[in-house]
Amino acid sequence: MATDVISESGGRSDFWQGVRLSMPVVVASAPFAVLFGALAVDNGFSVLEAFLMSALVYGGASQMVGIQLFGQHVAPWLIVLSIFAVNFRHVLYSAGIGRRIAHWPVIQQALGYFILTDPQFAVAEARAASGRTVGFAWYLGLGLPVYVFWVIESGLGAVFGKLIPDTHALGIDFLLPIYFLGLVMGFRKRPLWLPVVIASACASIVAYKTVGSPWHVSIGAIAGVLLAVILPPHHSGVETRP
Amino acid sequence: MSTTFWIIIAGAVATYLTRIGGHLVISRFENIHPRVEAGLNAVPAAVLTTLVAPELLNAGPAEWAALVVTAAVSLRGGLMSMFLAGAAVLILARQFVG
Repeated sequence: MATDVISESGGRSDFWQGVRLSMPVVVASAPFAVLFGALAVDNGFSVLEAFLMSALVYGGASQMVGIQLFGQHVAPWLIVLSIFAVNFRHVLYSAGIGRRIAHWPVIQQALGYFILTDPQFAVAEARAASGRTVGFAWYLGLGLPVYVFWVIESGLGAVFGKLIPDTHALGIDFLLPIYFLGLVMGFRKRPLWLPVVIASACASIVAYKTVGSPWHVSIGAIAGVLLAVILPPHHSGVETRP
Repeated sequence: MSTTFWIIIAGAVATYLTRIGGHLVISRFENIHPRVEAGLNAVPAAVLTTLVAPELLNAGPAEWAALVVTAAVSLRGGLMSMFLAGAAVLILARQFVG
């Protein structure tokens, strides 16, 4: 009984420690949640649909891509495929974090993978790298506030977005390219970043001019990935890994 | 149920597969081929670039200014500061050049 109480209060303080670490992520993602909601409505989503997408998909960049393609009346299967493509990086996070949380019960693991976002992975890996256990309470404390705020702010953005009269003057139609350029720049430390970006940029522009939207996304992405696969491994910085 | 609803459900399932899939696959293999790993590493930059590059074809002075400032700020700042800087330049420039 006494040990139960101790472990429970330990879990509680772990949870709040995670919550503290989540705050910068909550603040940084807030504008994007509101932006997503506003853009979703602008592209033909209802408020409920914007809310649902944030609650169920819970991946900022992929949601942005999804609504942009939706606004261009792209075929539904291609929208889903694009969401999958943008989120494909999570496969690597998933592979990396798996060994840290393998000791959790299966249900907790299933929930843990659902909230596995970029910052969730980064902060959890950092904790594991410092030799501490990644416990469920701590992980949930880190992830739950980000999720709750993301969903609520998306809904608020969707409600608020309907009230914006002139989206052109406010630049809303061009905020996504700026946001995506920011994300692209964020990966610039990766090996082969510049060749991949150049290959994808050229291929997507040519495909956009010839084949047309939205195929330029897949064609451009495949060009960049193929380049990384074809170039000798010593250029791609993966041969030094164990 | 509307098409939008099913897009959201399918997108959610696809996303969850990426989040749990790496663990399910990797836990069955010892090593990833270096070229496959290099390809996977290139995925985010490759996909995201295709969402920006074609926009350059239709971009006017305001859009170009915003993208240049975003790229410049990214060399020092985080995602948030570069986004705000780019958005500020865009909104400001559009007041003058439409």
